[in-house]
Amino acid sequence: MARAITNERKIINTVAAWGIGLLIFFPILWTILTSFKTEAQAINDPPLFLFFDWTLENYAVVQERSNYGRFLWNSIFIAGGSTLLGVIIAIPAAWSMAFVPSKRTKDILLWMLSTKMLPAVGVLYPIYLLFIQFGLLDSILGLTIVLMLINLPIMVWMLYTYFREIPGEILEAARMDGATLRSEILYVLTPMAIPGIASTLLLNFILAWNEAFWTLNLTAAQAAPLTAFIASYSSPEGLFYAKLSAASTMAILPILILGWFSQKQLVRGLTFGAVK
Amino acid sequence: MKYLTRTLLGAAVASLMASTANADGHAKTLTIATVNNGDMIRMQKYTDDFTKKTGHKVEWVTLEENVLRQRVTTDITTKGGAFDIMTIGMYETPIWGKNGWLVSLNDLSAEYNADDILPAMRGGLSYEGTMYAAPFYGESSMIMYRSDLMEKAGMEMPEAPTWDFIAKAAAAMTDRGNEINGICLRGKAGWGEGGAFITAMSNSFGARWFDENWNAQFDTKEWADTLNFYKSMMDASGPPGYATNGFNENLSLFQQGKCGMWIDATVAASFVTNPNDSTVADKVGFALAPDTGLGKRSNWLWAWALAIPAGTQKADAAKEFIEWATGTGYIELVAAKEGWANVPPGARTSLYENPEYKKVPFAKMTLDSILSADPTNSTVKPSPYVGIQFAAIPEFAGIATDVSQEFSAAYAGQQTVEEALAKAQALTNDAMEAAGYK
Amino acid sequence: MATQNSRSAARLMLAPAVILLLGWMLVPLTMTLWFSFRKYLPLRGGDQGWVGFDNYVRFVSSSSFWPSVQTTLIIVGGVLVITVVFGILLALLLDQPMWGQGIVRILVIAPFFVMPTVSALVWKNIFMDPVNGLFAHLWKFFGATPIEWLSQASVQSIIMIVSWQWLPFATLILLTAVQSLDGEQLEASEMDGAKPLQRFGYIILPHLARAITIVVLIQTIFLLSIFAEIFVTTGGAFGTKTLSYLIFQRVLESQNIGLGSAGGIYAVILANIVAIFLMRIVGKNLDA
Repeated sequence: MARAITNERKIINTVAAWGIGLLIFFPILWTILTSFKTEAQAINDPPLFLFFDWTLENYAVVQERSNYGRFLWNSIFIAGGSTLLGVIIAIPAAWSMAFVPSKRTKDILLWMLSTKMLPAVGVLYPIYLLFIQFGLLDSILGLTIVLMLINLPIMVWMLYTYFREIPGEILEAARMDGATLRSEILYVLTPMAIPGIASTLLLNFILAWNEAFWTLNLTAAQAAPLTAFIASYSSPEGLFYAKLSAASTMAILPILILGWFSQKQLVRGLTFGAVK
Repeated sequence: MKYLTRTLLGAAVASLMASTANADGHAKTLTIATVNNGDMIRMQKYTDDFTKKTGHKVEWVTLEENVLRQRVTTDITTKGGAFDIMTIGMYETPIWGKNGWLVSLNDLSAEYNADDILPAMRGGLSYEGTMYAAPFYGESSMIMYRSDLMEKAGMEMPEAPTWDFIAKAAAAMTDRGNEINGICLRGKAGWGEGGAFITAMSNSFGARWFDENWNAQFDTKEWADTLNFYKSMMDASGPPGYATNGFNENLSLFQQGKCGMWIDATVAASFVTNPNDSTVADKVGFALAPDTGLGKRSNWLWAWALAIPAGTQKADAAKEFIEWATGTGYIELVAAKEGWANVPPGARTSLYENPEYKKVPFAKMTLDSILSADPTNSTVKPSPYVGIQFAAIPEFAGIATDVSQEFSAAYAGQQTVEEALAKAQALTNDAMEAAGYK
Repeated sequence: MATQNSRSAARLMLAPAVILLLGWMLVPLTMTLWFSFRKYLPLRGGDQGWVGFDNYVRFVSSSSFWPSVQTTLIIVGGVLVITVVFGILLALLLDQPMWGQGIVRILVIAPFFVMPTVSALVWKNIFMDPVNGLFAHLWKFFGATPIEWLSQASVQSIIMIVSWQWLPFATLILLTAVQSLDGEQLEASEMDGAKPLQRFGYIILPHLARAITIVVLIQTIFLLSIFAEIFVTTGGAFGTKTLSYLIFQRVLESQNIGLGSAGGIYAVILANIVAIFLMRIVGKNLDA
């Protein structure tokens, strides 16, 4: 929609968009600011915006109480592992649905999505019992598997929509040239689908990172990720806005930074076939 | 399926696996689930002392109370074995002990001196004479009030006030213009939050949860009196949004000087008198929880205690930890490092005989409150259950959470007190019938 | 086009995903179904045998059941309406030429990266607290009495928190769709004298239909099971008990696995009703 536009129009657009953007971002900004205040300043009336005694004390307190690094690593391993594992399983499935569709393809796809509608808490006991059986309780492996399964439908669907946009003729041609199925997927399809795969990876990494039910209920000390870290700050005694803000900032900052750096890839792929 | 999943995923993620095994034979690593209250967080800081003495290491799982409860309950009922020590309360201990899920703590060392534990605490943490959890700290509830505001209102707090006096004093202290609320009380939904408070309060109004045949009693005048009194007092003199306030919210309000009175756990006394956190540290007085002259006061009894799930491989090391954390040595350690006011209170008789501790302003009132609470005889009319702010039956937590949600909705004005009580009555009887009491 | 060979290869490649998901769905579901017909009280000696449909009857006849279904639908519906409407407006705005478009986009998508627990905690304490919250300060500054958000406007507050989390997602999907809009067509219609509202109604909205469908579908899947936002903010009080929260209370607080499992089966049924309903619309629009 590139059209000639007056400068006046552009100024109005800019002001409006920045205003709304800042409004939406404000809760995060405010949390980050609050994390640098003292507890008393955090509840000051009128609220203090920038002019207060900036302090790192809250971060020191939080770090002293819980070993942030370990939670962070667990989060990275679990989110990363489940995403990688998921994409390995999802690519062949999406390929087969996109290029060799059958009558049931659509049904299978929708059925896969419907598995996501199971209420997690309703199956907590069965899953917990299974985890005990297999010795997966409080292990990164166990959580990786569960989060992979939770996000697998979304992955398959996202990849499916990208693969469908790749013209089938190219694959036909490769096949004519004697490419095997494996090399077809590896050397022809995958490179073309890289933007799609990248954004699938990113979105699922974010979803896995933020998952807060299973990660909390299936872990203890060893495999607990950042969601468990935050659960120990949600209601401390007395004034706690500043400490809560510091813990919150620590929990969301890594993913926020990742998201920002990769937002081009994320946005490019995040269509779910919304555009035809 | 099982096989396929395991090989497939096992191969793919093997490199990511964290090592959970601990091969060392002597020194063990204990996984301890605990609640994020101040005293427990302080205990974590001193873990090194334990490791130095015994060689065992400790992994802490610190969670907010509601999350902790769901986490440890899931684990114990499924015999998951994720934890070697769990922090639980007076409600869970006898029920779990009865089910055989906890390791008996009757055989702790002589040096530990279990007889020193306050009898009320020990009783509440035992089932049929066997102690299943050792109290880390114990609490009752009492009135904490601002002596300066009380004076300004021209009133004097008696040692053992009545609810009528409290309501009058609350109205007199309230100064909306300066954001001072006469009284702050829990109204938050949840059996351990607002539910605990209103149940303890109802005891002093002559109410009870169940009659001798386990019939719900919310259709009685006593309950209506309790709720109406609470609501009209809080509407007149309570803070805005009191229906969502629990212990922490009220503590923070009191520390900011926004409450004239606060009736809550005795452990809060050390937080509101600590000048680092509290703006009103030197202006706090204490009194027994109020009554209505029926012979029961509205104070409760609770202990946060450490228990060992049956089936753990590390029961011996876990016992060593419990002896360290709940013994007199730990109290002395904290006293030496941070002063007597900060030691975990309410668990041991010897603490209250200590001349140093007697100087702490809230020591006597805490002990008096604990001693006046009797879980086996908590209601004016006879009741079939043990417990003051709860009934020690497995169904109680679920029922009381539902009931307190109805009450909170009434506090917020979404329904009337009568509607809330009628719903509470119906759902309690339903649940009791389902559980097979009738 | 596809040979027999590639067909069987395709089936083979689809197999792991299907088998895994089938296992993930069937194993717990079968166990839940089994529990739902039993009197299973872990705190009272565990599994006490077959009780037929008792749990199902009890779960539905509880006074909390229908309100919880209603609350679920209100929250899901409310969030969908807000995110789609504001998502379209925001997408149209972000598509306009401006300075610093990239940065604005970063600001707008940020809430999507925030953990639900964190966002609920921050909103509840730092913004909505009636005494120390930022909104309370703001209200007082203008001389108004602060709103007691979570007790007096509880459902609205939760809808607001969840909408904030999902607005970025809706905006992004809709933005990609807006960007693919045919500029020439719009220009032509403009020359023909079509008013902005007409252009929106006849050209833009139909073009966005597919994207809107996808936003609705994906969000519904996630919204039906929101939990952390309620657990943290109201604990199910003040009419915010959704069906999944009610099940949570039955399973974890009442420790009645049988009853909770029956509730779980109802939730699956509700989810499938919503799913079928959605698929009907989506199926047309999606042409998957």
